[in-house]
Amino acid sequence: MKLKLASAALGALVAASPALADLVFPDLSYRTGAYAAGGIPFSDGYQDYFALVNERDGGIGGVKAKVMECETGYNTEKGVECYEATKGEGALIYQPLSTGITYQLIPKVSADQIPLHTMGYGRTSAANGKVFEWVFNYPANYWDAASVAIKYLLDENGGDLSGKTITLLYHNSAYGKEPIRTLEELSKKHGYTLNTIPVDHPGQEQKSQWLQIRRERPDYVIMWGWGVMNQVAIQEAANIRFPMENFIGNWWAGAEHDVTPAGAAADGYKSLNMNRIADYPVFADIKTHVHDKGLAAGDGSNVGKVLYTRGMYAAMLAVEAAKTAQEIHGTPDITAAMMRDGMEALVMDAAKMEALGAPGIGPEFGVSCTDHGGSGMGIVQQWNASEGKWVALTDYIMPDDAIIAPLVEEDSMAYASENNLSLRCE
Amino acid sequence: MPDQLLYAAEVMINGLMAGVLYALVALGFVLIFKASGIFNYAQGVLALFAALTLVGLQEGQVPFAHLINAAFGTEVHHFGWQLPSIVAILLTVGVMILLAVAIERFILKHLVNQEPIILFMATIGLAYFLEGFGDVMWGADVKTLDVGLPQGGSFWIEEKTAVLGGDGFYGFFIDKLDIVATVVAAILVISLTLFSQYSKQGRALRAVADDHQAALSVGISLRFIWVLVWSIAGFVALVAGIMWGAKSGVQFSLSLIALKALPVLMLGGFTSIPGAIVGGLIIGVGEKLFEFTIGPMIGGATENWFAYVLALLFLVFRPQGLFGEKIIERV
Repeated sequence: MKLKLASAALGALVAASPALADLVFPDLSYRTGAYAAGGIPFSDGYQDYFALVNERDGGIGGVKAKVMECETGYNTEKGVECYEATKGEGALIYQPLSTGITYQLIPKVSADQIPLHTMGYGRTSAANGKVFEWVFNYPANYWDAASVAIKYLLDENGGDLSGKTITLLYHNSAYGKEPIRTLEELSKKHGYTLNTIPVDHPGQEQKSQWLQIRRERPDYVIMWGWGVMNQVAIQEAANIRFPMENFIGNWWAGAEHDVTPAGAAADGYKSLNMNRIADYPVFADIKTHVHDKGLAAGDGSNVGKVLYTRGMYAAMLAVEAAKTAQEIHGTPDITAAMMRDGMEALVMDAAKMEALGAPGIGPEFGVSCTDHGGSGMGIVQQWNASEGKWVALTDYIMPDDAIIAPLVEEDSMAYASENNLSLRCE
Repeated sequence: MPDQLLYAAEVMINGLMAGVLYALVALGFVLIFKASGIFNYAQGVLALFAALTLVGLQEGQVPFAHLINAAFGTEVHHFGWQLPSIVAILLTVGVMILLAVAIERFILKHLVNQEPIILFMATIGLAYFLEGFGDVMWGADVKTLDVGLPQGGSFWIEEKTAVLGGDGFYGFFIDKLDIVATVVAAILVISLTLFSQYSKQGRALRAVADDHQAALSVGISLRFIWVLVWSIAGFVALVAGIMWGAKSGVQFSLSLIALKALPVLMLGGFTSIPGAIVGGLIIGVGEKLFEFTIGPMIGGATENWFAYVLALLFLVFRPQGLFGEKIIERV
């Protein structure tokens, strides 16, 4: 009897643990709380892509991917708890979708030797692979985004922004303050006047900020927002009749749910994006192999939306890095350290994206030991309220590396010095 | 008149309007505290739940659709109707009354004569439960609230006031939604004050607030009064949810509007309906003028903390708030 009980207990334990061969991808999601509207579609896209790879391709290199979802509520402490709870399961990569959580995880992943991928968010200077061995932020970072916005405005103004006034409306947090230095440097180069206006969390009340914008009448407003701040800002901009075509959000202020509450008034609002929106063939595969089989992470209503596509793209980059790691090390059962090698050798070119059923979903880029940041390119898209969709206005725009690279070097070297890190790749 | 003065006046007017919106949230707190001595931590979530229910009913959303689909393998999301706003609002009021009955039956009934801190803790639990319940019932996506309220600056006011300043002055900006909110708040306060002072239930409500056991001894039904006051608070939460939800869409951050009500309560007192309004106006004007005059010198984003500084200053001189009942302890 005792033997039977022990066998049953062992069986239950084995069933509850991931199979040894599984490739584990934790999903630090937030489906509850004030920022759930952004967290849900991203997580749906992230999980659906891994489910697709398992169902259609039999896994990555023949090994099934196992997604371990952990709810953070966009709360830094919970995010760290999720990390601690999942890292022992053989986690290959973390993508927390939160700059706050990222900053807490950087020293932890460096000590535990698990890659951290913060696509378009997190610590910008992590693009310097010489300092940040375990952190990656390809294909683009915040400073790239600021530069892409200014480059777009330069194009709009015949290459000359002198005499123009640009207001940065930002979330009063580490995230929101990220582009200030870059925009200041770019203002010196291009001669525009930069004003900055902070909005306190959560951003439900922005009357003062928009009265100030109404008084100062800047030529352009660039927004670094997230969550309810975006919806309120777009509504307030419409209320004061600020020209929407002169209002540009970054790529965390350019999803469908940011513009729909303002209805027709949001028509013409622009935002950056690091992943182009289109009806990609991969969505049909997801429908056939994931949704039709009842394996979808959500209810299917988010497929094709901005943040769903971005979550799917994040998973796609993780899968491609895992495949690269398998090739490099000649084994399908990769470890977190091997995954890092795969990420550092990742190449995303047009042919690969086409083969994956997502042509042009992101910019072409390659990662290297020194460059963990990718090409930094982004597009500008515009909201068409009558058709209820984003329309790409540009192709991928290259950021101003002459400005960005020295800033990345300065900040990352300061981090290396503070933490007594020796440089890699030399 | 110099443009700077006009801008200050514009900020002040908008501060008053913002204050009315804060007061709308604070009113719900006051009603429940007045009747039962409970600081209702769940008031912000009540506003969220009411707004979620309103949009869900109006759009014909199937409640618990995600749960139903997961359990039965179905694909139901909408009933296919679009209810008129007034019908949806009335149905939501009905849901809020049912919620009040449930709160009384499952929580408050069991906590009669408990310490205020126990009741406060119960409302914390209620807040988290309702947030999760609302999520499961209606989903966590951002919902567009359209009950036909006007939005945007009033052209008429802008045109009429533009002549007051120079070429750079574009007239006063006043959001039409804020004007509606002001009218609604005024009607609410007058109605609630009249109800509280002159109706039988209102007097019973005040008696319960003074002493639960004494009220019971003269035949007042404590349970009925609690259902009544939570229903009214639910209605006030619905009004606040509509006004705030119209600005930002209905989403889970709506529950955080409660943070805006706290300094109003500290200032206006927890037991005065007019106090909630006056407190809201002082906080609204104070924080907006501070942001306008001092904000630019210290980096801006002062409103969140300055509201509390202002409330604390009042508290130092009048701990019960401007309109709160004076605390007299006899030994």
